[in-house]
Amino acid sequence: MPDLERRFTIRANDFVNAGEVSLEIQSILKHIGFDSSLIRRISVCAYESEMNVVMHGGDGEALLRVSPKSVALVFTDQGKGIKDIDLAFKPGYSTANVKHREMGFGAGMGLPNIKNSADTIEIHSGEGKGTTLNIGFQLEGSVD
Amino acid sequence: MTPVKLSEIRDLLDATVLVGDDKLDISVSGCCAGDLMSDILRGATEGTVLVTGLNNIQVIRTAVIVGVAAVILVRRKEPDETLIAHAHKHGLPLLSTPCTMFSTCGRLYEKGLRGVEMQG
Repeated sequence: MPDLERRFTIRANDFVNAGEVSLEIQSILKHIGFDSSLIRRISVCAYESEMNVVMHGGDGEALLRVSPKSVALVFTDQGKGIKDIDLAFKPGYSTANVKHREMGFGAGMGLPNIKNSADTIEIHSGEGKGTTLNIGFQLEGSVD
Repeated sequence: MTPVKLSEIRDLLDATVLVGDDKLDISVSGCCAGDLMSDILRGATEGTVLVTGLNNIQVIRTAVIVGVAAVILVRRKEPDETLIAHAHKHGLPLLSTPCTMFSTCGRLYEKGLRGVEMQG
């Protein structure tokens, strides 16, 4: 399978479009022909990550990289960063506001859900430094 | 678990079909319910019906991401044109029922649908 790399722009507080990047990523993965459970795991991670960038991250971007043995998602933003990463991964911990909750998010399940669905996850962040989230999925035996 | 057709669900819930009149023969295999989209994103919800009181565009995006077969809005929620347009775009049946969340889930359970348990 040829390598594929695509970049997408994500805008801060753009709730009209929040999630559209993930739907596009899902559509690319379906077109490639991955099995549905893998597509579901990748799509869930993409969607939660995209919502995080829209809600907390300021402007940012998503990178989808498909290689013969893995799929990688990288979300980068220039937002306010995460002060305490361990706390951010604690189910139920949230800094979301009323608007986020009205959209059905912001209950402190985003990063825990991503961790649950991904094979590998790596996060780099600091207060005022923005955030980079690397999410990996192994492909062996996953392709039809 | 008994598969139930969307047309049966419509009758059971006195629901209005907002999108997907041509897809009422589809059978759903189970049900997931909630207003918190992060909860819906956690579980094998493919092919199930999503019952929710959340009336905004993220419901449609969540439904497509996890592959649910149809969405039911409870408490006579009236979605705006954007939400309906997105459901159309993704070919996702959308129903609205006057029943509350509890009654909707109760009726669907009585009919034979079962929930999707959390994974991990």
